[in-house]
Amino acid sequence: MPKIIVEVMPKADLLDPQGKAVGNSLKRAGHNVSTVRIGKRIELHFDHTPTEADLEAAKKAAADFLSNGVIEDVVAVTVEA
Amino acid sequence: MSITIDTTKEAKATPDKHQPWKELGLKEDEYLEIKSILGRRPTSGELAMYSVMWSEHCSYKSSKIYLRQFGEKVTDEMKKHLMVGMGENAGVVDIGEGWAVTFKVESHNHPSYIEPFQGAATGVGGIVRDILSMGARPIAVMDQLRFGDVSNPDTRRVVDGVVAGISFYGNCLGLPNIGGETVFDKVYQGNPLVNALSIGALRHEDLHLASANNPGDQVILFGARTGADGIGGVSVLASETFDSTGPAKRPAVQVGDPFAEKVLIECCLELYAAKVVAGIQDLGGAGLSCATSELASNGNAGMRIQLKNVLLRDDSLTPEEILMSESQERMMAVVPKKDLAAFEAIVNKWEVEYSVLGEVIKEPRLYINWGDEEIVNVPPRSVAHDGPVYERPVKKPTWITALNKDTTANLKRAETADELATQFVEIVTSPNQASKSWITDQYDHYVGGNTALAMPDDSGMVRIDEKSGLGVALATDANGRYGYLNPYEGAKLALAEAYRNVAASGAKPLAVTNCLNFGSPENPEVMWQFKEATAGLADGCLELGIPVTGGNVSFYNQTGDVAIHPTPVVGVLGVIDNVARRIPSGWQDQGHNIYLLGETKDEMDGSVWAGVIHDHLGGLPPVVDLAKEKALAEALNAASEQGLLASAHDLSEGGLAQAVLESCLRFGVGARIFLNELKADYAIDDTAALFSESTARVLVSVGREDDVKFVGLCEARGIPVHRIGVTDGTNLEIQGIANWELENLANAHANTLPELFA
Repeated sequence: MPKIIVEVMPKADLLDPQGKAVGNSLKRAGHNVSTVRIGKRIELHFDHTPTEADLEAAKKAAADFLSNGVIEDVVAVTVEA
Repeated sequence: MSITIDTTKEAKATPDKHQPWKELGLKEDEYLEIKSILGRRPTSGELAMYSVMWSEHCSYKSSKIYLRQFGEKVTDEMKKHLMVGMGENAGVVDIGEGWAVTFKVESHNHPSYIEPFQGAATGVGGIVRDILSMGARPIAVMDQLRFGDVSNPDTRRVVDGVVAGISFYGNCLGLPNIGGETVFDKVYQGNPLVNALSIGALRHEDLHLASANNPGDQVILFGARTGADGIGGVSVLASETFDSTGPAKRPAVQVGDPFAEKVLIECCLELYAAKVVAGIQDLGGAGLSCATSELASNGNAGMRIQLKNVLLRDDSLTPEEILMSESQERMMAVVPKKDLAAFEAIVNKWEVEYSVLGEVIKEPRLYINWGDEEIVNVPPRSVAHDGPVYERPVKKPTWITALNKDTTANLKRAETADELATQFVEIVTSPNQASKSWITDQYDHYVGGNTALAMPDDSGMVRIDEKSGLGVALATDANGRYGYLNPYEGAKLALAEAYRNVAASGAKPLAVTNCLNFGSPENPEVMWQFKEATAGLADGCLELGIPVTGGNVSFYNQTGDVAIHPTPVVGVLGVIDNVARRIPSGWQDQGHNIYLLGETKDEMDGSVWAGVIHDHLGGLPPVVDLAKEKALAEALNAASEQGLLASAHDLSEGGLAQAVLESCLRFGVGARIFLNELKADYAIDDTAALFSESTARVLVSVGREDDVKFVGLCEARGIPVHRIGVTDGTNLEIQGIANWELENLANAHANTLPELFA
């Protein structure tokens, strides 16, 4: 199914409690990671191959609707055919 | 990454270097004052510290001269129960049996407008740490919320976020939310008020203070790591209006982690129990700048700090940013060297990160190094306590005379029973009078198993001692409409209502906290409102004989040039010897007599009736008579001790109509109400009988067997008492006006908020 993928991450400067908790758990389980940050991936499904206009609309929705610009950044909006 | 460091050496060498004092919110004379204190220009680190600590939010520079009266207008009798008064993180009150409680309310208004969820959540986290830093276990929270007009689309964004943020943080911490207020008014549209209150309990011997006075003691920062969140939050967000700030490089909001805070609470309580902490301070507004300078200043000592020892989340932080960061869930402890090992063992057990930043020194000087470079060298008192004090211009607004003359006398009153019935329903289903259960159901009321009363009761009540049943009741109130009409009386009215709420639950009022929400202090008319309100509150407390133990001032609450209504939130704490004796707020059983205590006058100005039915605000608020409030409280207490009261509910916004409805709905017990005798005795009409907001009134229900005793008790104490009905059936009948099925009223009352926000 054709998709547009929107990826959102908590702003780099802000605390990410979820990432912190998972990072600590990974470390306790023996994984050699230093930190973890957790964002979200949103799939927008289409019944056609997304057009330029669809992508532009998705970018706008990502900024205005799918993320909270005060504490989150949209890091990528990509078409996955 | 290399960071340019501005050292004290550099500051001496480059006296004329331009510094961004203006951007940091300082005024020119304040900057010059800093230069004269230091005898040179401040380093950028020092400038950061002074700018946050001298901000309105931290220094109380505009309010100080008025807050003094809370400490002056007191008698020795009032101080009797006060273990710690104003100026500490929170006041501490002796409640007997070796127990003490500490409580405080604080604002998180501006952050909650920008990012409602995290703003409100970190507001709860911050006040809980204040309580924790007194040595107490936090046992409950409350919140006082003011939002914009329900019909404005932005209101929903703020309501959803704030309510979810409070419930998220409080529920995760495992603290019951036992009460609060929610008010909608267009004056709060661009500036909602999010005040959070917390209460904690401690044994007398566990009291801790934020003080560092023993040279050689270790200064330790523990809890969460320091990141770039909330940098400049204090100076930029809380102390200047929104439109005057430019874009910030770093996010000004903070993200909270309630689970980290829960661990921090348990860790701190174990540290206290092990007696390894000589002084403790939470990190809130102004972060490390505040904690280091206040601890040192309170102990008349100094500190030597190595800033590179601060554990960071992000190593790109500059020293100035580290000093200003408002990262949440951090505490600072002062630990004697001999106890360091024990301290480390406890924090390690709780997996709480810590680092030793430095030590206490005898010389009253705060030295902060970044590696080998000295970046701060200041007298801590000048940062923490001897900040600027302003006597700002005060001007009685010219508009207030016309406002006070515009009374409700000419507003049309209902002429028929149908009209009255319609108005009754319109009022009790209006957003401010409707059930708040859609909001409060999102909060956990009973976690911990010590909650005796919670919403929608008049007060929240928690048990402190599981064996004896000793407990405390807390109620908070504020009415911005009254405050707008007359700020002096408005503050007294808020105090009187909170006091009455506590008394109506069976507890004895003991102490007061406040959160004073006002517009810009640079506006002389706002400053007049503030002056009047603080005088009203201090005079009222003196008259009632209960001291103010602490509080918070929030200025700059305005949208553009339009200030909010003066909104002094007043919290009253009461003590009850056994929570089993609490008085429920609703009818208990069929066939009880319903009595209205106190005098009903035709006082409709500023009322809900005037607002909801006529969209009117003018005239003068109801008259407050604190002597009568005191007599009423004492009568309730005596009646409760003799077990005469089946229920009690205070009358306030919405008058008798609201109180009758809420008393019915609390436990689903109906009533028949008759107003004829009341109307005849006070020469008032139906509108005044139902909707007047006269003070010093409480509605009680009494079992028939206790009737004679109860009426005798009231008469002996000179409390006006009218029998206005009986509890009966599943309808609410107001004779000659209407007869509703309770279920219909309950649904209408409950549906308003879900229809707007759910």
